[in-house]
Amino acid sequence: METTIRFAPIDVGRWFVWGATALLFAVLPLVFSSGFAITLLSQMGIMVIFALSYNMIFGQGGMLSFGHAVYSGLGAFFAIHALNWIGSGQLWLPVSLVPLVPLVGGVFGAVFGVVFGYVTTKKAGTPFAMITLGIGEMVFSASLMFPAFFGGEGGISSNRVVGEPFLGITFGPGLQVYYLIAAWCFACMVAMFAFTHTPLGRIANAVRDNPERAEFIGYNPQRVRFFVLVVSAFFAGIAGGLSAINFEIVTAENVSAIRSGGVLLATFIGGTMFFFGPILGAVVFVFFAVALSDYTKAWQFYLGVFFVAMVMFAPGGVASLILTNLRVMKHRLFGRLRDPYAGVLLSGLVLLAGVVMVVEMSYHLTLNFAAGSRMRLFGFEVDSAAPGIWLLALGVLAAGALGFEVMRRRFAREWGAVQAEIEERSRREAGV
Amino acid sequence: MEFFVISLLNGISYGLLLFMLASGLTLIFSMMGVLNFAHASFYMIGAYVAYQISTWLDELLPGTGYWIALVVAPLVVGVLGALVERYGLRRVHKWGHVPELLFTFGLSYIIVELVQIIWGRAAVPYRVPPELDGSLFTVYATHFPAYRGFMMLVAALMLLAIWLMFTRTRIGLVIQAALAHPDTVEALGHNVPRVFMLTFGGGTALAGLAGVIGGNAYVTEPSMAALVGSIIFVVVVVGGMGSLGGAFIASLLIGLMQTFAIGIDWAPIALLQSLGFEIVPATPLYSLWSLKLSQVAPVLPYLLLVLILVLRPKGLMGTREG
Repeated sequence: METTIRFAPIDVGRWFVWGATALLFAVLPLVFSSGFAITLLSQMGIMVIFALSYNMIFGQGGMLSFGHAVYSGLGAFFAIHALNWIGSGQLWLPVSLVPLVPLVGGVFGAVFGVVFGYVTTKKAGTPFAMITLGIGEMVFSASLMFPAFFGGEGGISSNRVVGEPFLGITFGPGLQVYYLIAAWCFACMVAMFAFTHTPLGRIANAVRDNPERAEFIGYNPQRVRFFVLVVSAFFAGIAGGLSAINFEIVTAENVSAIRSGGVLLATFIGGTMFFFGPILGAVVFVFFAVALSDYTKAWQFYLGVFFVAMVMFAPGGVASLILTNLRVMKHRLFGRLRDPYAGVLLSGLVLLAGVVMVVEMSYHLTLNFAAGSRMRLFGFEVDSAAPGIWLLALGVLAAGALGFEVMRRRFAREWGAVQAEIEERSRREAGV
Repeated sequence: MEFFVISLLNGISYGLLLFMLASGLTLIFSMMGVLNFAHASFYMIGAYVAYQISTWLDELLPGTGYWIALVVAPLVVGVLGALVERYGLRRVHKWGHVPELLFTFGLSYIIVELVQIIWGRAAVPYRVPPELDGSLFTVYATHFPAYRGFMMLVAALMLLAIWLMFTRTRIGLVIQAALAHPDTVEALGHNVPRVFMLTFGGGTALAGLAGVIGGNAYVTEPSMAALVGSIIFVVVVVGGMGSLGGAFIASLLIGLMQTFAIGIDWAPIALLQSLGFEIVPATPLYSLWSLKLSQVAPVLPYLLLVLILVLRPKGLMGTREG
């Protein structure tokens, strides 16, 4: 048991990290100033909040949810109605209070968190996952039933330039919206990080790891799960409110299983056991969903394969990949891994090239056949119906798969040896 | 009366189809503790593989395609399922149930995309074979399709086969034992991982069979997995996690409930008006009162799920609280 009492009135490292984050948020749009980059950054900011709020229940509370988009989506609907009321003068405000609209989303997210959380948090583990899936489907089907509020198939659209401009800020230009999102994102990150250190955040970890023992020390696991879910739904609602402002439209898709699955993918890819994991995951996910989807129709296939590969080979996500490699570097053992890494990466690239060739050509053949069988692949013009290119693609695929399997085994051996040595060292240092 | 009989029969055939899916899911869940999120995806693969086999074979030997597909497609799906277990699930098994669930979740993403890559995004023309295309009998003026009767027959035969296998064969007894005490069974010299692989393969083969007979009764398209996937999870929770009997009752209940609700145009507004309330579009919650039962049908299974969880958290026939 740790009984050391540390005296640390100001945690310099932490202030430095948060300061650097704030600076990064402020500087990013100046570096990547194109319109596309700004939209990408805005969406990443929203996704960061959403993924962090998801990790609050998944990573911290151990609740695997397939219906988290319910809270962000319903929050988004209420936020966009608030925006429309401000616009039509039903809700008179002296100056533009658009920056506070996400709060509407947050409050209603939390309200629905109370309503649905009461039912879902009765269970944990796999039943919880299935029930959240059911609740998500229920809200999605119900949203198509009440067109007056949800706008049916077309959704509800709005205009974010409402009210009197304040200091010349209208929230018309994308850059102003980016800074609004960045400010909310930063505030939510700080708040959610602080939450991990509250007694509730700590006991949520205990309930995740061993609900029975948490019950023995006097906590009701069901109630702990419920409270954590409500807090998480609040932040999810804020993310929804921001997306309402960003896109100026909210449709039934916002509460759908696709969104719920997306946030799960993002969070897991980033890594659930570290606070900063979902932030990385959100960035990777938005990159896949927005940037990659411009280049290929099969982006969901690549995302799915990437996700399954992470589940199978790196269940700690990108965050733990980074941290374990840093640990290897700290022990000055990275030299031993350099060659295996190079082998795995090179053979992995060959495999990836093979997969991309086969997938893109098949997709072209089934979906765009009317446009002819010629297509562009890696910058070359190829005929996707010609047998020659298929032989080449399958050859590259087979060679890549074979090489990757050999290299992977070599890497796994060396990796295991290095990890064993690090553990041996730390055991010796501890004097056991 | 006519509406009642036809809806009853349709509801039972839909419920039995749901049960074919839910039984495989329950089997895998109670055996391995794995909730197979991709279960409905295997159902979809079954339908597509059957479509492919029947179109290929109908060119060679007209008329045989569907019947061969009925046998071969579930086997293909079962082998696929066994491979998935052997090379995917078994690898993540050591990290616990959540990674296993996530693995099958990711798999469902990949399968939908693969189906679209191979067969395109539109529905494929997978049709009922001509022998079963007529009507079985006529109730007043409505025909009951013969194919619906065939679906019920296949589902009932499958039920019987599962029951016989579990209670009358050696492998069934080993599976039951491995379900309760995997360590003891392993100590007695049985290869439990192989039993797991067979169970997973068998469960997915059942889903594949459901796909073969459900794909042409409904529509074979890339969204068919998502359409039925969440319903079978509701069935499993409502029936009680891991209970085959509960899954059977819940499938029939949900099948009947949805079929009847779709056919009824009644709305609460009628009741309120007959009680003397005046309901006009300006009345509060008008859009709620004027909803027809047929419009509410898609939500009913989920409402049932919530109701069951509040009133009886372990499900209809469940024995454990999750």
